[in-house]
Order: sequence, then structure tokens, then C-alpha cells
Amino acid sequence: MSFIEVNDIWKTYGDNVVLERVKTNVHAGEFITIVGASGCGKTTFLKMLLGTEYPTRGKILLNGKPIPQEPSEDRGIVFQKYSVFPHLTALQNLVLTIELEQSRWLAHLFGSAYRLADEQAREMLAMVGLQHAANQYPHELSGGMQQRLAIAQALMKQPKVLLLDEPFGALDPGIRADMHELILKIWNQTKINVFMITHDLKEGFYLGTRLWVIDKIRHDAQAPNAYGATITYDIPVGQCDNSTLNEIDQSLEHSRKEHAA
Amino acid sequence: MDEPLLLRNGTMKRVMNIHPGTVGKVLLGMLPFILTIIVYLWASGVRLEANPNDKLMPSLTTIGAAIERLAFEPSKRTGDYELWSDTTASLQRLTLGVLIAALIGLLIGILNGAIPLVRANLSPYITILSLIPPMAILPILFIVFGLGELSKVMLIVIGITPFIMRDLQARTLELPAEQLIKAQTLGASTWQVMVRVIIPQILPRLIQAVRLSLGPAWLFLIAAEAIAAEQGLGYRIFLVRRYLSMDVILPYVVWITVLAFLADWLLRQISYRAFPWFHSQLQDKS
Repeated sequence: MSFIEVNDIWKTYGDNVVLERVKTNVHAGEFITIVGASGCGKTTFLKMLLGTEYPTRGKILLNGKPIPQEPSEDRGIVFQKYSVFPHLTALQNLVLTIELEQSRWLAHLFGSAYRLADEQAREMLAMVGLQHAANQYPHELSGGMQQRLAIAQALMKQPKVLLLDEPFGALDPGIRADMHELILKIWNQTKINVFMITHDLKEGFYLGTRLWVIDKIRHDAQAPNAYGATITYDIPVGQCDNSTLNEIDQSLEHSRKEHAA
Repeated sequence: MDEPLLLRNGTMKRVMNIHPGTVGKVLLGMLPFILTIIVYLWASGVRLEANPNDKLMPSLTTIGAAIERLAFEPSKRTGDYELWSDTTASLQRLTLGVLIAALIGLLIGILNGAIPLVRANLSPYITILSLIPPMAILPILFIVFGLGELSKVMLIVIGITPFIMRDLQARTLELPAEQLIKAQTLGASTWQVMVRVIIPQILPRLIQAVRLSLGPAWLFLIAAEAIAAEQGLGYRIFLVRRYLSMDVILPYVVWITVLAFLADWLLRQISYRAFPWFHSQLQDKS
């Protein structure tokens, strides 16, 4: 049985069809990168996996059960920004995840329970390379460090699925390379299912085990919203040569122009 | 001025680009105060010369004598030091009123902002309530709560709570949705999101809202004291108005201004100490 089954889902807002006939299966441990022109519905798809948007038609199954229609612990998320809590230090951001689990009403731990949580949190900080920044607030951290913290925070709950919505979009190229290394290390260690949206096709090829391109197949020049996008390419990365890369690049460029027109 | 006023080619900089230095800033800031005092002393001198019994602009000596009588000599009628008993009475009413308003405002504001069901239920009602001019219902407060302390505190509460509530509702709605979603993916319940994500981030904004409400709070306090009270800063001002005692009114007004300034300064200091992350966030934006 597949880990995630996407059964012919559609997403429409009134007459505006965003996604149509999206069908696919995902096995445990796959690292899927998703590319597509902006506004093509890739974020909508990610939000459906997250549980903040619901398919208009069709179903998404997680482990054979309909995916919960609100965010929950089994699906971690890292957004491009605002992913960590500004009023807590790096360490407190991680300790919080344990406090939420163990202290239902106060949501605070004390004494030995706190020390244990503190230890766990410091281990996680060290894993993402932030041990020296434990007592700093997010605004004192660079963009890359904030995203490291956001990833660490999501991993504290050991989710089955990690959703990344253009997590490195705002970072400098050099920092981005460091982040790629980190995310691959984490994926290798945990074999967690990763869905990552990216603008950068090369990044998609470098990171994933499987690349999806979300785009429209059918176009109607008179009614640009009449048809939705779907998965147009679903390629196992690694079995892919430069000509395919160019082909996808051109098709994306084409729909980008159409979008602009 | 710390920076040169002239550019290398000899022309002057645009005025908008000239910044005063530290000393210049203090001097420029003091200037209007000093000018006000000089103008007052001059006008007062001219009037007193024409009519030594003029009460409208008393000299500094007369004002000083009034201050000494009110602050350092027990009143012949009650035995109180009037300035201090007035100050305590007023500050008690003000503090109590603002505190109650802040608590109600925080509670309803956060619930409205965070829980769509509560917002649908309460938000229209509060919007309408906040449009009622508080002064218009002051007679109702006197009728319902009597002429004692309660009605004065209630006027402050009724006067500023709607603003605090609506402000905090807006501030809560402004929190990035990403944070609330993230908290849910970390397993937080609605309650836990409130106590660990929303309330800690709204508290510094509550202080901001309270600082902005202090002006109206003083207004309502003095209005209530003017109409019915036995002591209080507003009461005294309106009492001595009958005798045209500007020598009492003027120092009282200055004293109220000093108190208002101190209250604002204190709240700002508390906010800086308790929520450093909040203030550096604001700096990032500006």
C-alpha cells in the first residue's frame, strides 16, 4: 500500500479551476520536489497535504486513511518565513514542542522534566548547527539560521511527513547550499517523507528522489481559469538527463509567459 | 550641529537632510518650554503692573505660595495635605480603572481575534458599543453606581475598554497565520496556542494600547471628578475655579501633566525590559 494516495483531486474556487485530475501515489521515504510557475497551484496542493485547504473533489489518503482536515503532529511544516516564534529564544522554540506535549494546561515544564526537555532540545540544536545560538531570539539570527531553527522545530515532533514551502527562497546562494546539505543529511538519517516546493528547477533535481512539475495541460485563451493544473511531469530523479531538464525548463518558461500575458 | 551644513561645492544641504547632534537635539527640544515660560512671565508682569490684584496670570511667587499651602501645610478644613490626598485619590481611580479595562480588553480582544466563533458572536456588538460616547452615559453611571468611587472608575473602564478590545483584536488577527499553523503542527491545542503563542505576543501590544488610552483615561477621570467628588485633582481644579484661583489651577495642571508623562514613561520602560524581542522587531521594520 502506498503511504500517500492522491485520488483524482480537484480544487476549484467558483469558476476558477486551480487543480484538476491530480492522481499519484507516494511511497514512504520519498523526497519529492515540486516545481511550477507561480500561481499554478503547487502551494494549494501543499496546503491540502497540510490540512489548511481541502480538495473540492477527490481524496488524499495518508496510510490508507483520509488526511486530517486540520494541521496535526504527523505533518511538519516549514514556511518561507514566520516559521518560528519571535518571542522565544532558539532553545525555547524547541523546548516548547515538548512542553506542549507534556503539559496540557500550563504548557510549561519545571524541574527535572524541564531539564530533560532542555537536553533534548540542545541535542536537536546541535544537529542543525545552532548550539552556539541557543539563547538568541530569532530576530538576532540570520535568515539561514532561522530556517535551520524552523526545520529543527518541525523535526522535534518526529513527523511522518515534512512539508517545505520554498524554505530557502529568501536565502543567499551560498547559504542555500549549506541548507541543501542539512536537509539531505536529515532525510538520510530519518527517511522522512519530504515534499518541497521550489522555484529553482536545479535545486529540485539536486535534492529530490522524485520531481513533480505542476502545470496546465489544457489552455483556453478566452477563459484562462477554465482549466486547472495537474502533475505534468513525474520523474524519478537520477534517471534523468540534461535534455529532460531543458524540456521541463522550456515548458515552464512557456506557461510563465502565458501567465504573464 | 555634528554634520557639515555645506556640501563640498559650497551649496547648502537640503533641510530634510540636516540632523541635529545630541546637544542640538536637547537644546531644540527645550526651546519651546523656555519660550512658553518667558512669554508667561512677561505677560503676567505686564498684567500685574496694570492691576496688582489680577488673578488671571499670577506671578511665580503667588504660585509658589499656593503650592506650599497645598503640598506642605495641612488643610485647615480637613487636616489633609491637599495636593497629596488629591493625587492619591486620583491615581487610585485611574490605576484601578485602567487595570480593569486592560484585563477585560485583553481577554475579549484575544478571544475575538483568535476564535472565529467568538468573533462572529461579539465583534459587531462591541463595534456598536464602542460608538456610544462615554460622557453621554455618565449620568446613567451616577444613577446606577451612585456618586462614590465606583462610578468614577466605571467611567474610565467604559471609556477605554472598547478601544483596547478592538485594538488587541486587530493585533491578534495580525499575527502571521504561519505561526498559528506551525503551532498546530507541533501538537498545540487551541488553549495552548492561546497561552504560549498568542498571549505572550499580545502583552507588549497591550502595553502600547494602554499607553495610548492613558490620555482618554485622564479625560474621563477629571470629568467624573469635576461633577461629583470630595477629593481628587480634577475636583480641586473645578472647585477653585469659582474663586478664579489660577495660582492653584496652573500648578495642578502642570502636576497632572508630569504624572501623565511618568505613567507613560514607566509603561515604556516595563515594555523594553520585559519584551526585548518585541522592540527589536519594531526597529527591523522602521
